[in-house]
Amino acid sequence: MPAQPIAGRPLLKMCDIGKSFPGVRALEGVTFDLHPGEIHALVGENGAGKSTLIKILSGVYPYPDYEGEVSIDGEAQRFRNVHDSERAGISVVFQELSLVPEMTVAENLFLGREPQRLGVVRWDALYAQARALLEDFQVEIDAKMPVARLGVGQQQLVEIVKALSHTARILVLDEPTAALTDAEAENLFSVLDRLRGRGIGVIYISHRLEEVFRISDRITVLRDGLTVGTKATSEVDPKRIIAMMVGREMNQLFPLTGRTIGEVVFEVRHITAEDTEVTGKLVVQDVSLEVRRGEVLGIAGLMGSGRTELLMSLFGSHPGRVTGEILISGKAVRITRPADAIANGIAFVTEDRKRYGLFFDQTVLHNMTMSALRRISGGFITDESDEFAASAPLFESLHIKADSLLAAVGALSGGNQQKVVLARCLLTQPLILFLDEPTRGIDVGAKQEIYAEIDRLAQSGLAVVMISSELPEVLGLSDRVLVLHKGRVTGEFTRENASSEGVMACATGHATRGDTRDVQEGGLTRG
Amino acid sequence: MAETIARGELRSVGGSGRRFPVHLLRTYGMVLALILVWGVFAVVTNGVFIEPRNLSNLIRQTAVTGVLAVGMVMVIVAGQIDLSVGSLVGISGMVAVLVQGSLHWGLVASLLAGIFTGVLIGALQGALVAYGQIPSFIVTLGGLLAWRGATKGVSSGNTYPVEIQAFKSVGQSYLSPSAAIVLAAACVAMVAWQAVRSNRARRRGGLTAWGTGAMAVRILGPALLVVMSVVVLSRYAGVPNPVVILLGIALAGAFLMQNTTFGRYLYAIGGNSEAARLSGINIRSHVLTAFAILGALSGVAGIIYAARVGSAGPDAGTLLELDAIAACVIGGASLMGGRGTVFGACLGALFMSSLDNGMSLKNVPDFIQDIVKGGVLVTAVGLDVLGRRARASFDS
Repeated sequence: MPAQPIAGRPLLKMCDIGKSFPGVRALEGVTFDLHPGEIHALVGENGAGKSTLIKILSGVYPYPDYEGEVSIDGEAQRFRNVHDSERAGISVVFQELSLVPEMTVAENLFLGREPQRLGVVRWDALYAQARALLEDFQVEIDAKMPVARLGVGQQQLVEIVKALSHTARILVLDEPTAALTDAEAENLFSVLDRLRGRGIGVIYISHRLEEVFRISDRITVLRDGLTVGTKATSEVDPKRIIAMMVGREMNQLFPLTGRTIGEVVFEVRHITAEDTEVTGKLVVQDVSLEVRRGEVLGIAGLMGSGRTELLMSLFGSHPGRVTGEILISGKAVRITRPADAIANGIAFVTEDRKRYGLFFDQTVLHNMTMSALRRISGGFITDESDEFAASAPLFESLHIKADSLLAAVGALSGGNQQKVVLARCLLTQPLILFLDEPTRGIDVGAKQEIYAEIDRLAQSGLAVVMISSELPEVLGLSDRVLVLHKGRVTGEFTRENASSEGVMACATGHATRGDTRDVQEGGLTRG
Repeated sequence: MAETIARGELRSVGGSGRRFPVHLLRTYGMVLALILVWGVFAVVTNGVFIEPRNLSNLIRQTAVTGVLAVGMVMVIVAGQIDLSVGSLVGISGMVAVLVQGSLHWGLVASLLAGIFTGVLIGALQGALVAYGQIPSFIVTLGGLLAWRGATKGVSSGNTYPVEIQAFKSVGQSYLSPSAAIVLAAACVAMVAWQAVRSNRARRRGGLTAWGTGAMAVRILGPALLVVMSVVVLSRYAGVPNPVVILLGIALAGAFLMQNTTFGRYLYAIGGNSEAARLSGINIRSHVLTAFAILGALSGVAGIIYAARVGSAGPDAGTLLELDAIAACVIGGASLMGGRGTVFGACLGALFMSSLDNGMSLKNVPDFIQDIVKGGVLVTAVGLDVLGRRARASFDS
């Protein structure tokens, strides 16, 4: 793939873009441009501002709620809604596909603008036009196939063809390969490659650096809402990009206290988990790990690396098929549902507390005691007074900011809701605590409190397994870090020799690391 | 990420003003509606509606709907629905009466036969919903038709009289005055115990406990209501037996929903089933049990119905599912699951039978009664949806 010389007037220019939310500066002076026929990759850690930038481009955050200027072909644009942006030739394909599964490929392609005569759909014309369109982009998919019967990769292609059939000139792809197999990804790349010749500009957002280097002409790195830099792909190497992505200073948010690490309480051997939707696709492959008393094991990995699926599998809540062995305190246990896991001393603070964590209609008290209700009340009949007695100490020690234990949980801030979920887990008196993104969407102050609490729990002898997308968090809290990439363990670091660059290299599939000292650059191993 | 925090803040500022009235409306709305309806009927019937004789009648009519509503609220809280209860009332009443005639079963045996029929069918439907993963709407819509058909089948379309005199008294007789006083005293004692218990919980939880004055209001308020009801009913013929049964079932149901793991798990399952599963709650067995309990209560309702009418007919209980569901929704239960109380459902039942009773007193034609009740059901659900929406814009 030759990097084309960048010349002439850019197709798209975003100049000095700034965007604020109450209390947060999400973007500051971001500049980004895109030439016809170019694939321009946009990379950065979670929260770096990539999606905010795309939402401004696509009209989700309308003019004038941001600063700076967006222009297409040198003409200033003011998108007040998604429709405006589409009319200007911008098409965004999000991670979640928006196709109607029961309809055929052709029906989906022309949804809402079917060729018709006097209100009657002309099916022949519809299928003929669909076939022509698919052929035009050299996508080999039967126009009469219901979308539900296509693989995720093919659905993605249909989505792209649909986007481009709206005479789009700028195509934005947000993590397009997250759900794809390698072969499907290859297919996508060849379609993207052909778009160059048509003068279409592609903005390619991905966490997977190997792909970015394969397909893109230029790379722009965002970090903490700022443009770190834009480089021609041929002039940089992955190492440089990783350094640009993680280059921020490690702050002193993390408690550095001595933990006494004891014996192994939790051991997992050869865990493999199948994808829920695509049979045969493995989301976790042959992962083995162990955690000791008083230890915090960090699990790093990018979105789609299988980290959440790994913990779900171990907790008995992964809907797909799971194989492997789990030992708790040296004894083999069978975990097929969350109740088994809780009975065996595992507690799980899940990622999305709104969807998987909270009972919004209920009080803080009832939310806290739900998992351990039978233990607390000593049987079938509950006693609110016992519940108060069990919860009050945690309410105090976690500094949950609510009027009282009887406050509605929905009225609490994100950080305090997270503490309620944590309290629920602790009330089951676990040996092993799973934390999935424990600080997502909460403010810095509450983060600090949660870090201190995690540290305190480890000190008290709990074995903690923590997933986080935020590298500083993983590195700052963990005694050991395990890195996942495409469902496999690609690296393991002790606290002393863990570095942002080393972990990021393993997480992007650009290096593997066992117990060796140095990060092996470039030597890329893939399953 | 940054976006989520920011938007959360933004909404909580804008939404806080809107939340309060919705909340108030839900809590006191049903009481106000009830008072309004009673007031209107009292006026248009020149006071006949609020005479002790009619009130006694009204509350006896409430018993069947109320018993059903107590079970229905459990199923609705768990996020499910049961459309078949009317037909279950039909078949269980029919079974209870038929075994007296053709099999010469005694009082207890026939009562148990009726209740057991309800439990069996409820558990079967519950199993299809919980383990078969068939939506409850469909399972019980099929049941609505099938069990009505079964009722017609076993009765060959005939109406059979109740043979055992004592069976009739379940639906027709009244409590003796001395027993009524004992009952009233027991109710007051339970209210007092419950108040003391939750006050102790508040104190142990570090909350300000209620003072003597507040406690007196919390105990004397309901006590006064109980005593007044008993006095009014005694001025006609006493407390009707079905009302005693309803009272017992409602108290037991309220206890089950508020003070046991079973009830608390139902609220969790209906509120957020994924979170409930991750909290280690066995969703399937609890959903099945809720349907089985509703089945049992449909059996009880079937018996009361047959006993009150003195016979079991092929059409007994038709459309009672509408009254039961409406009662729950009027009483604050949400069809989305997770919200609703036994107390509210009972008030809702009283509201629905007040509509029936009042419109019948005024000789409102049947078809208009049906239209009014249908409209009330849709309005009640509409208000629930509105309330949800106002809350949603606040919460997330």
